[in-house]
Amino acid sequence: MKKSNIPESQFELQVPESLKTEEMTISMGPQHPSTHGVLQVILKTDGEIINSAKPQIGYLHRCFEKHAENITWHQVIPFTDRLDYIASMNNNLGYVIGIERMMNLEVNERAEHLRVVVSELNRIASHLIALGTYGLDIGAFTPFLYVFRDREKILDLFEEISGARLLYNYIWVGGVAYDAPEGWREKVLEFCDYFEPKIKEYNDILTYNKIFIERTANVGVIPAEVGISYGVSGPSLRGSGVNFDLRKDDPYSIYDRFDFNVVVGKGEMGTVGDTWDRYWVRVDEMVESVKIIRQALENLPEGDAKETVPRNIKVPAGEYYMRTETPRGELGFYIISDGSKMPNRVKVRSPAFCNLSVLQAIAPGVMIADLVAIIGSLDIVLGEVDR
Amino acid sequence: MEPLFQFFNNLFPFISDWPEWLAHTVVGVVTVLLLFGFVALFALFAIWLERKISAHMQDRLGPMEVGGWHGWAQPIADAIKLLVKEDIIPAMADRTLFKLAPVIVFTAALAGFAVLPWSQDFIPADLNVGLLYILSVSSFAVIGLLMGGWASNNKWSLYGAMRAASQMISYEIPVALALLAVIMNAGTMSMRHLVIAQSGNILDWNVFNFFPLTAVAFFIYFVASLAEVNRTPFDLPEGESELVGGFHTEYSSMRFAFFFLGEYANMYIVSAIATTVFLGGWLAPFEALNFIPGPIWFVGKAMTLVFIQMWLRWTLPRLRVDQLMYTCWKVLTPFSFAIILLIGLWKVL
Repeated sequence: MKKSNIPESQFELQVPESLKTEEMTISMGPQHPSTHGVLQVILKTDGEIINSAKPQIGYLHRCFEKHAENITWHQVIPFTDRLDYIASMNNNLGYVIGIERMMNLEVNERAEHLRVVVSELNRIASHLIALGTYGLDIGAFTPFLYVFRDREKILDLFEEISGARLLYNYIWVGGVAYDAPEGWREKVLEFCDYFEPKIKEYNDILTYNKIFIERTANVGVIPAEVGISYGVSGPSLRGSGVNFDLRKDDPYSIYDRFDFNVVVGKGEMGTVGDTWDRYWVRVDEMVESVKIIRQALENLPEGDAKETVPRNIKVPAGEYYMRTETPRGELGFYIISDGSKMPNRVKVRSPAFCNLSVLQAIAPGVMIADLVAIIGSLDIVLGEVDR
Repeated sequence: MEPLFQFFNNLFPFISDWPEWLAHTVVGVVTVLLLFGFVALFALFAIWLERKISAHMQDRLGPMEVGGWHGWAQPIADAIKLLVKEDIIPAMADRTLFKLAPVIVFTAALAGFAVLPWSQDFIPADLNVGLLYILSVSSFAVIGLLMGGWASNNKWSLYGAMRAASQMISYEIPVALALLAVIMNAGTMSMRHLVIAQSGNILDWNVFNFFPLTAVAFFIYFVASLAEVNRTPFDLPEGESELVGGFHTEYSSMRFAFFFLGEYANMYIVSAIATTVFLGGWLAPFEALNFIPGPIWFVGKAMTLVFIQMWLRWTLPRLRVDQLMYTCWKVLTPFSFAIILLIGLWKVL
C-alpha cells in the first residue's frame, strides 16, 4: 500500500505541455454537519465552484410503506410520526383525515379545533428549527439556541397534551388521543403572547443582518416554473412567489373557517425565489400560524375531544389521495383499502423528497458555501425523504 | 535583549556577578518559560471565557460544574481529556508533514510573544524592527495550516488549507498598511518606542492621533486581524457547516489542541499589537491612574479586544469566499492606502 499521497520521488512527476486541471469529486455527507441528517451529495467541483451536485438518498430508509401493509389502520399512525419527525402532528393529521374521509366519519368540533391548534403549534416548532439550523448553515450559532429556547415551550405544551415531546401519536381516527388538560388553552394563549415579540428578536439577530442578507439574497434562485415542474411545494415553492397553500386551496379539517394570509416571496432583498425569500416565508408563516391558533382557541367548544372509534376499524374498500400542508409542503397519503383490517397500500408523497430533487437543477455554478445555504433553505428532513 | 536584562538585573542584583553566558541563558530560559506559561494560562482562561460569553449571549449558563465557581476548572478538564485521547493519524496521510503542522502553527504564535512590550522594561526582545518581525512570524502560521490541510489527505482539509492560504496572505496587506499609517508618524518600528511615543494621556494615543484617520486605520487593522486569526465572520478555513472542520478535520488529541492553542495565542497577539500600536500599550489613560502597573494595563486592553473578538464571533454569520476577497481587496486595502496618503499629506503640510 502506498504510504503517502505524494509520489516517492518528484522526478516521477510528468510535467504536461500545458497545465491540465480536472474537476474534483467530493462526497458531501452522509456525515456532514450541514446536510441536515444522513443526506449524501456527490459534488463535482472546480475549485470552490460546483459543477454538479447529485443527492444520494436512502441512508434512513425504514420501509414505512411496506410496514403499513402489514399492520392495522391505527397502528400506522405512530409510523407516520417518524416520517417528518419534527412535525409529527401534521403527519398524523394527513393520514387520519384520509381514513376519516374514506369512512365518512364525523369528528366532533372540539377535536377539530384541537387538531388545528396542535398542527399550527407544530408548524411553528418546525419553522423554528428551520430558522435556527439555517443560521447555523450560514455560520451564525446564536440564533440556533434562541429558537430552541422557544421551541422548548411548544414541546412542553405538547408533553402536557399528548405525553410525548417529539413523536406524539396524538391525532387518532375519530378525534384526538386525549382531551386537552385543564388550563392548557390558557397556556397556549400565554405562549402566543410570549412568542410574537420573539420574532422581532430573530429578525434583529439574523434576518436583517447585513452579512446574512449578502449570503442568502440572489443565491439559489428557484424560478416559479422550475419549482412547479419539480413538484416543489410548501414554503420552498411559496418563496418563488407561487401562491399555493393547501390550507387555502384544498381546505381540510376546519381550515376554511380561519382568516390568515398565505405568505409568498416578493424578492424583497434580491430576486424572487432566492434563499432569503424561502427563509422569510417561514418567518412570516409563524406569524400567520399564531393568528390561526388564536382564532381556533377563541372558539374552542366545550366537550370531550377524545375519539370514540373502536381500535379495530375496517375501512371500506376504495382508494383516496389525501393531501395536507405540512411545514415542508404538500404531504400526500395515497391510501388503498380492500376493506380489511389493514391497509392494502399507503403511498407517501413526501414534500421533502420533491423539494430536494430541485437541488440538481439549481446547484450548478454556485459555490460550496451557497450549496449549504440552498440545502438549508429547502428545509429537508431525511426521515421523510427516505421514509 | 538589553532592556529585559536590565529588568532582571534590577529585580535580582546578583545576576550581574554571574558570567555573561550564564546570566543570558538563565534570563532567556526563564523568560521563555514565563511566556509559555502565560500562553497556556491565557488559552485556558480564554476558552473558559469564550464558553461563558457564548453561553450568556445564548440564554444559557455554560460550564457550571467542574471546579465549583462557574465551572472555572472546565478548560483544565478539557485539556486533560485532549491529552489522554487517542492520537489518530489517517493511514494515507503524509506523516511527517502531518506531525509538523501543529508544531509550526504553535511556534509561529509563540514566537510573536518575543517582542510584545509588557511594560517599560519587561520586553523580551526590543528589536528595532519589532513590528516587522511580529508581522513576519505570524504569517508563518499559514505554512503550518497549508501543511496540515495537505498532509491530511482529505479533500475538506485541502479546501480549508487553500482558503486559509488565500485569506491570510491577502489580509496581511491591509494589516500591514494600517500599521504603516502609524509607523509613518511615529518613525520607529520598535514596539517599545512606539508606546513611548504615545505617552501622555488618552488623547495622545495613536488611535486619536490625526483624528479620525488613525481611528479608521485602527478599525481596518482590527477587521483584517480577525481574518488573520480565522475568527468569525472570517472563519472560512475551518467553517464547520461547509468544510466539516477545515484544515484540522483529521486532527485529534494533542495535535488538535496545539492548533487550538495557536489560534488563541494568535488572538492575543493581534490584540496586543493593536494595543501597542494604537491604544498606548502599557500606558494608563490618565496620569492619575499611573499607580496601576503597566502590565495590567497592557493585558487589560488586549483582553478587551479579545472580548470584542468573541462578541463578534457569537453574533455574526460567516462571509463567503468571494465576499471575503472583495472585502480585502476592494474595501480595506484602498481605504488603508487612502489613509496613508492623507496622513502623508497632513505631515507634509
